[in-house]
Amino acid sequence: MNSPMAHNRPPEGGSLFPRDREWHPPAYFEQYKTSIARSPKRAPISFPSTLSEETGPVFTTDILGPLDNDLILNFGEPGEMAIGQRIIVHGRVLDQDGRGQPGLLVEFWQANAGGRYRHKKEGYMAPLDPNFGGCGRTITDSDGRYVFRTVKPGPYPWPNRVNDWRPAHIHFSVFGRAWGQRLITQMYFEGDPLIWTCPIVDTIPDRAAIEQLIAPLDLDATIPMDSRAYKFDIVIRGRRGTWFENRKEGV
Amino acid sequence: MQTLGRLKESPSQTAGPYVHIGCVPNFSGIPGVYPEDLGTSLCTKDAKGTHITVKGTVYDGTGTALKDALIEVWQADANGIYSAGDPRGPADPNFTGWGRSPGDYDTGEWVFDTVKPGRVPMHDGRLMAPHISLWVVARGINLGLQTRMYFPDEEAANAEDPILARIEHKNRVPTLIAKAEGDGIYRFDIRLQGDDETIFFDV
Ligand SMILES: [Fe+3]
Repeated sequence: MNSPMAHNRPPEGGSLFPRDREWHPPAYFEQYKTSIARSPKRAPISFPSTLSEETGPVFTTDILGPLDNDLILNFGEPGEMAIGQRIIVHGRVLDQDGRGQPGLLVEFWQANAGGRYRHKKEGYMAPLDPNFGGCGRTITDSDGRYVFRTVKPGPYPWPNRVNDWRPAHIHFSVFGRAWGQRLITQMYFEGDPLIWTCPIVDTIPDRAAIEQLIAPLDLDATIPMDSRAYKFDIVIRGRRGTWFENRKEGV
Repeated sequence: MQTLGRLKESPSQTAGPYVHIGCVPNFSGIPGVYPEDLGTSLCTKDAKGTHITVKGTVYDGTGTALKDALIEVWQADANGIYSAGDPRGPADPNFTGWGRSPGDYDTGEWVFDTVKPGRVPMHDGRLMAPHISLWVVARGINLGLQTRMYFPDEEAANAEDPILARIEHKNRVPTLIAKAEGDGIYRFDIRLQGDDETIFFDV
């Protein structure tokens, strides 16, 4: 087993709030061509969450290496650093009641400063950075906070329509305490004009929902003469309290 | 009037074509950042119960196998206890019940070695049939897809499973039942579209 888990955690709470599927992108979005053949056509079946959705894997900090949240150094040769604009990305993972969520695994990945991913299937001509891998991870602290250091990713072109460019972005994967809270999303950067031309961003129906994924420049968290900072909070699904839930155990 | 003041969940975005960089970097050709990829095993060989292998392929609406998906699974141990967050715990210490696979690089087929899960009760006490929860993300999937795999050799339990019972179109239920291939191997192919589109859940 390579994912240490706590086995005696008390349950964190009750049933999950229903997901607001109007706030999320629909499965089918014509301008994002890959979604056409990969979108289920039938309505998903709804049911109130069970233990199968209210439990979930737990990760502890002993899986983390000291450079896991430092993308400038974690793939570099000794003494070398990734090339690009040095930034700090920080924020909190909250539930829908605004409570910081401690002890959650957050994983992130991104292109390098030139907009190139380190991947076999990547075809963009921008050069690889020999000292940049593009992945990192951390676990939220007791207030739900996370932080990592990286270089600002470049925008990149991608084969969809003739001239589509992704805005600069960082991909995020978040675990809640509950399997039903599992979420993958992307963070965008304040002021990037490409945000409003991108069909993947545009899969999100509501402008306010898109704004929820745009991280503002956070000058107060900036380290002078070193790194700028962006703040990005992530909200995972909330749960009802268990006060009035009568949980029978077994039959 | 006061407002409820509740936050909206962060909207999902596709995992994109490079999800493997973030979630299984060693597999994707970025060695050395982490000692190993997370989720490569759900249990040790000492885990109690019947050891089984679950495998499958995700197909798009044209019948083409996805080679860039990421599959995660979550299941109870042989006694029907989850390894974390379960008020009835603790679970088998040799069992986590969580796995993650990028699938085979050339075929897209994913494989998990695990133990057959026990039955888990609903909050009202009714027992669910043994099942494995699966979550599928990939380029072109805008919100991760949730489904469940049930077992073909659990007909009685499946017949009284409260979740399967909710499904109005009974002819679609077989999309949630794995196929036994012998020697403890079960195949669970997932079809994103088409006449035999897998049932996905909004949970
Ligand atoms: Fe990307």
